[in-house]
Amino acid sequence: MNNDCLAELSGVSKRFGKIVALDGLDLEVRRGELFAVLGPNGAGKTTAISLLLGLRQPDAGSARLFGQSPQCVGARRQVGVMMQEVTLAQELRVRELIDLVASYYPDPYTPDAVLEMTDTAPLRDRPYGKLSAGQKRQAQFALAVCGRPKLLFLDEPTVGLDVQARELMWSTLRQLVEDGSSIVLTTHYLEEAEALADRVAVLAKGRMIASGTVSEIRAHVVRKHISCATSLAAEEVAAWPEVQSVSRDQQRLNISVSNAETVVRRLLAADEELEELEVRRAGLAEAFTELTQEAV
Amino acid sequence: MNGTRVVEHVMNATSLEISRGTARRTAMPTSRLFGTYLKEARYESVRMLRAPAFGIPFLSLPVALYLLFAVLLFGDALRSDPKGALFVFTGFDVMGVMGPGLFGFGVVVAMEREQGLLTLKRALPMPPAAYLLAKMIMAMVFGVIVTATMIAAALTLGHLPLTAGQCFRVAAINILGALPFCAMGLFIGTRTTGKVAPAITNVIYMAMIYLSGIMFPLPKTMQATAVIWPAYHLDQLMFRALGASSQGAAMVHVAVLAGVTLLLTALSVRRLARVG
Repeated sequence: MNNDCLAELSGVSKRFGKIVALDGLDLEVRRGELFAVLGPNGAGKTTAISLLLGLRQPDAGSARLFGQSPQCVGARRQVGVMMQEVTLAQELRVRELIDLVASYYPDPYTPDAVLEMTDTAPLRDRPYGKLSAGQKRQAQFALAVCGRPKLLFLDEPTVGLDVQARELMWSTLRQLVEDGSSIVLTTHYLEEAEALADRVAVLAKGRMIASGTVSEIRAHVVRKHISCATSLAAEEVAAWPEVQSVSRDQQRLNISVSNAETVVRRLLAADEELEELEVRRAGLAEAFTELTQEAV
Repeated sequence: MNGTRVVEHVMNATSLEISRGTARRTAMPTSRLFGTYLKEARYESVRMLRAPAFGIPFLSLPVALYLLFAVLLFGDALRSDPKGALFVFTGFDVMGVMGPGLFGFGVVVAMEREQGLLTLKRALPMPPAAYLLAKMIMAMVFGVIVTATMIAAALTLGHLPLTAGQCFRVAAINILGALPFCAMGLFIGTRTTGKVAPAITNVIYMAMIYLSGIMFPLPKTMQATAVIWPAYHLDQLMFRALGASSQGAAMVHVAVLAGVTLLLTALSVRRLARVG
């Protein structure tokens, strides 16, 4: 493991009874990156994270965290964690929870700094059990960052957050990465991965089916989308060779194509009054759907 | 200051700190590690004292029942029966020590396992023993409060002439006496779900109160089975501490209580490490 690799799974397999959760998975988290792990339900995302955190042991292969076994408490002192489903002590106030979790780390932020950083200062003296679902996620995020971790594991961090709280969390995550932290993010919100991730891994059936930057993942799908206001009939355009599908939305035609340039030229030639032309590459969501469908 | 600015402000300050220091500490100084254990214990006790469903019954029920039986119902009779008065006092006192340990571990550990809190704590760099030690200290704190209120009730309304030495011995036995019940609770909590644990813990709690003979003298046919319950051994130690006659040797009672604590804790810790 080199210095830039903070966490690593090498040839890891894990079974639960007859179910194969991970099947020879290789995965590494590099210094200073936001790494998104995507995959449909049951793909093995949570199992992979739990192996990296030392919560489970692999049946085969190895898991390393900062060059050590993840079960070594010294390795975990450099890690912050936000889990998807957890009920914290209902009776403790948010500041008390931060004070407690910060005490596990050698060089944490002060509770008040964490409350400011995560915009949870208004929740400071409120018992955790009295918070709304979104506020609980914010408090859990504050706990994840309070230890000044080099590596953050965030499992569906923005579920239940309103738009403003989500934007603030994204901003905090970007700032953390800018300051040298690394983040492993699992999310079902593909726009979240698209907006934040430096690198993406797509898992399906316990295997890595694609990895790379968001652009590289999107490039798996060659399809592009053309949208324009035109008087051309949908049926006429649908008959063109590079066109895969066409739909009309009032004045606009929405066209999926394999070769955008050829179709655009032909559209402009066929309708001189064509306007509001837009060409868009396939998004991460489409690439994800296509990749995971291929893997099933 | 809006949220983004605050983030930048705090982060910039942090970056500066990091660049000044060549390397952040990853090892924990002993004093800080000790502080972690203290905070875990303090917050565990605070949260349980704040939980009305836990604090009120375990802190008030033993002393309320003691006052009902030893003062209101049988006060006159017990005033002329010092041995009986001691029996009632030790019975409710042991009952007060049992509850926080059994339920604080049995029900709470099962729920925390089910609700993911224990998993989160295992993922965080919490010192491995801090979780269990905190709960044990919480049970001891409850034991101290129960003991103090029981002694106060016994000295004032119960007319039980306890000396300072007796009070001190009772408190010491109660504090350590909480441990076997913690171990029993832990054993239940690591093997059951949050839904099942309350029922099992209640059955064991009630069975132990009645079958250990701490509340009323058992018929001869049942006396032999009382020794299987840790409450019986704690009750006998309390009799000795108060200068009353007791059954069996003190060392045997201590050995049984210590054995139950060590055996059940070891089995539970092993299971927690393997299964979580």
